[in-house]
Amino acid sequence: MKAQLAIIGGGPAGLAAAIAAHEAGVRDILILERDRECGGILNQCIHNGFGLHYFGEELTGPEYAGRFIDMLKDTSVRVLSDTMALDLTPERVIHTVNTAEGYMQIEAGAVILAMGCRERTRGAISIPGTRAAGIFTAGAAQRYVNIEGYMVGKRVVVLGSGDIGLIMSRRLTLEGAEVLACVELMPYSSGLTRNIVQCLEDFGIPLYLSHTVTDIRGKNRVEGVTVSRVDENRRPIPGTEMIFDCDTLLLSVGLIPENELSKQAGIILDPRTNGPEVYENMECSIPGIFACGNVVQVHDLVDFVSEEAQLAGRSAAEFLQKGSKPAGRLITLTGGSDVSYTLPQKIRFDAMPDRIKLSFRVRRSFGESKIILRAGDAILASFKRSHMAPGEMERVTLPKKLLNEVSGNEIILEVKEA
Amino acid sequence: MQDIVIIGCGVIGAACAYELAKYNLAVTILEASSDVANGTTKANSAIIHAGYDPIPGTGMAKLNVEGNAMMDALCRRLDIPFKRVGSHVLAFTEEELITLRTLYERGTANGVPELRLLTAEETKAMEPSVSEEVKGSLFAPTAGIISPWELTLAMAEVAVRNGVTLKLNTPVTAIERRDGHFTVITPKERIDCRLILNAAGIHAGEIMSMAGDTPCETVFSRGEYYLLDKSEGDRVSSVIFQCPNRDGKGVLVAPTVHGNLIVGPNAESIDSPDTANTSRGLNFTRTQAMKSVPSLSIRDNIRNFAGIRANHSGEDFLIGESAKVPGLFNLAGIKSPGLTASPAIAKLAAEWVGKRLSLTEKQDFTDGRKVIRFKHLTAAEKQTVIAENPLYGRVICRCETVTEGEILAALRSPIPPTTINGVKRRVGAGMGRCQGGFCGPRVQEILSRELGIPMEEINLDEDGSYILTGRTKGEQIK
Ligand SMILES: Cc1cc2nc3c(=O)[nH]c(=O)nc-3n(C[C@H](O)[C@H](O)[C@H](O)COP(=O)(O)OP(=O)(O)OC[C@H]3O[C@@H](n4cnc5c(N)ncnc54)[C@H](O)[C@@H]3O)c2cc1C
Ligand SMILES: Cc1cc2nc3c(=O)[nH]c(=O)nc-3n(C[C@H](O)[C@H](O)[C@H](O)COP(=O)(O)OP(=O)(O)OC[C@H]3O[C@@H](n4cnc5c(N)ncnc54)[C@H](O)[C@@H]3O)c2cc1C
Repeated sequence: MKAQLAIIGGGPAGLAAAIAAHEAGVRDILILERDRECGGILNQCIHNGFGLHYFGEELTGPEYAGRFIDMLKDTSVRVLSDTMALDLTPERVIHTVNTAEGYMQIEAGAVILAMGCRERTRGAISIPGTRAAGIFTAGAAQRYVNIEGYMVGKRVVVLGSGDIGLIMSRRLTLEGAEVLACVELMPYSSGLTRNIVQCLEDFGIPLYLSHTVTDIRGKNRVEGVTVSRVDENRRPIPGTEMIFDCDTLLLSVGLIPENELSKQAGIILDPRTNGPEVYENMECSIPGIFACGNVVQVHDLVDFVSEEAQLAGRSAAEFLQKGSKPAGRLITLTGGSDVSYTLPQKIRFDAMPDRIKLSFRVRRSFGESKIILRAGDAILASFKRSHMAPGEMERVTLPKKLLNEVSGNEIILEVKEA
Repeated sequence: MQDIVIIGCGVIGAACAYELAKYNLAVTILEASSDVANGTTKANSAIIHAGYDPIPGTGMAKLNVEGNAMMDALCRRLDIPFKRVGSHVLAFTEEELITLRTLYERGTANGVPELRLLTAEETKAMEPSVSEEVKGSLFAPTAGIISPWELTLAMAEVAVRNGVTLKLNTPVTAIERRDGHFTVITPKERIDCRLILNAAGIHAGEIMSMAGDTPCETVFSRGEYYLLDKSEGDRVSSVIFQCPNRDGKGVLVAPTVHGNLIVGPNAESIDSPDTANTSRGLNFTRTQAMKSVPSLSIRDNIRNFAGIRANHSGEDFLIGESAKVPGLFNLAGIKSPGLTASPAIAKLAAEWVGKRLSLTEKQDFTDGRKVIRFKHLTAAEKQTVIAENPLYGRVICRCETVTEGEILAALRSPIPPTTINGVKRRVGAGMGRCQGGFCGPRVQEILSRELGIPMEEINLDEDGSYILTGRTKGEQIK
């Protein structure tokens, strides 16, 4: 099979990219989605809070996804659902499998990666104890509760204060479970402030910062967990153990971009984001392959996913219509010591539009502070913030004209207390 | 009246059942767990040892080398993964170089083929990731890696297909003996038999007591592991041991047949057979492993687990007919290399049985087994299996690329799985980096649908390991 543009993943990123590419004139677009329906992770996010930036109103996850799915109806975009992309080659051949067409090789003129991310598990943090039933990643529990309609436990401890864990603390409480505690290894939460207030504080669920789970009991089903305080090096402090009698442990300990296909294709990944390195137009290290959404960087707000995906969609259209961008002057963007990552990693000066958005995350919480863009000793721009936290992605706009004036090809984004 | 009751369906019980299924005998296996291979057999290093560790002249030495040599043909017949990747024992000091020489001599005495003592340079050339501190190694090309639970399952399946009865969830609680035969008692029934093969692993001593024998010494020795992501799977290409010590063969780093990297075990004597992981044990394991392979990326861990050795102070397996209770054959004290020796132990057990009962071969015995592993098929083969059964086109486990077709095939096999972990052991769904976070609920749905039992009654593993606690409020109203 052939397609001008193949998009792997039909979540909000894939959908928005498809629509943008269609608007830019591409007609032969194929979305590959392994689930029965498009919508991605949004389908299980039945809470409010989506679309404030993008649509200017508060929608639930399925409503937000539904708007994009509706927009697709009037286009020539084809969706192959229940279809898993198994392999991707640098020549942009995608190997897929489904029950109807069987095993296929799709030759694509351009490819957009929109596979989203997956959850870190117990193994990634090596929690000691038994391997009983009743240990769930928060997203898996969310699926059981919101899509399948099943309860995962009665007395719950949540490890990790990421947004999904926070949302699920509230959800399980509303469903009649008792959420005994939310335990966070770091001295700050990695979730959005609004979620801490609305999901924990409003329900009287205690948040234990600088604590972690150090043991799990129960032979067949979880019977309890031990929670200990940790020191500055995140090591448990003996003597601080608290024991919770619970039947369930929910893990919300981080998300990892899903980049198996990118690795197979030989796309260069950034160890800081765990996603592909991208240029200013969301193109990866292999020409004609673009990426957007959680596969590139873990987003907290779907609105920004849609925005990023539109850029990828437009860029893929441009690639199909005009071919590769000229190499020319290449500028790299990196972060200072308190910045965990910056995006895009590379900017092709000649191809750059008048302005581009840079996104990044800080490593620790900041109060009144400044974001500084520097090239060597020259300060290109600085932006004020009253608050920044690791749980919230930050974005700034970089106008092209600022780069006209600098000679170096390295830009550093730094953050400082004001 | 059964001719033989086998107690326990770990690798030893299953190997015996497979061997005895070839003869006209009435054989029943009683297994306490909800599945086969659910004891020590599922939680070990999965190495087919070359055979330089056991003391020359012991039964263990002979059975190890014999078992090792049987593996290629056995695994090919049973269609299970086995790779002779070879092993290195590393020496870090002059003293350990002397230990290597001792092991070399032992191995040669035991009949281990092709052993070689390598210099540091030769070792590094073969295994570039090992530490710069290495002074030399003992290389054994015949060492291999295997999937212990698939081996066990395959042997048990062929046995069952050829008429052996397997009863799961059936713990033996007492044994009576009168008029030259036994009555084996379980919570569900009493089974009369002529001979007993006691393959109850770390619980073999308890079975000995039940039957009126003097129980063997059992020291529970826990070994803890890390299983790393496939991204670490080719960190080393062979099994990297350290010099053995008082507690066992030490911490190893090895590829697995599924493409991951296994790291462990430590050795800790404990009072009760508790397979929980401990931060102490894991820390020790990690530190020791880094000594062999400093570049190891432990943060790519996907799962920890622990297994219990049936240790004792002797240098050999404690196997043979009980002196006190004729007709009771104990397969006890099967510490490492029990997995390796299992097919050879089973041959021996069949010889013992042959001295008591007449062995005539079944005319209609069918050996071997074939399984479809979708991800290992070529593109054309994939197309063909999906054309025959479209469910091979539906990927359920995305990390390991396991299809619904494979899960249904397992459900129609001679020993169908009933739990999430049972499916995992048969087809690999949930073994990958997301550890069943994505496919777990889908596997549960398939089990519920195919077994005709509600979602809430599907267990992760043993009885009591329930996953769901009821319906949500919205669903209750419906
Ligand atoms: C639990 C949770 C709560 C959230 N809450 C909010 C909120 O309140 N407000 C807000 O604005 N944002 C929220 N977000 C963030 C937002 O939903 C995500 O950032 C957004 O869904 C990411 O979109 P995506 O398309 O990149 O990824 P996904 O939504 O994950 O979509 C990826 C899609 O790709 C498919 N796919 C992956 N691999 C393959 C393959 N190999 N072959 C075929 N298909 C494949 C997947 O099935 C999936 O449909 C939340 C996120 C989560 C996880
Ligand atoms: C940490 C560790 C690492 C090892 N590494 C290796 C290695 O790399 N290579 C190697 O060759 N060997 C290795 N071994 C040894 C090997 O794992 C064992 O020798 C082998 O698995 C023992 O098998 P088994 O069938 O005797 O015991 P098990 O697998 O424990 O089987 C015994 C079965 O009996 C059942 N049972 C118990 N009591 C009863 C009862 N009353 N009624 C009914 N059923 C009962 C149990 O449920 C269990 O299923 C290792 C062992 C450990 C612990």
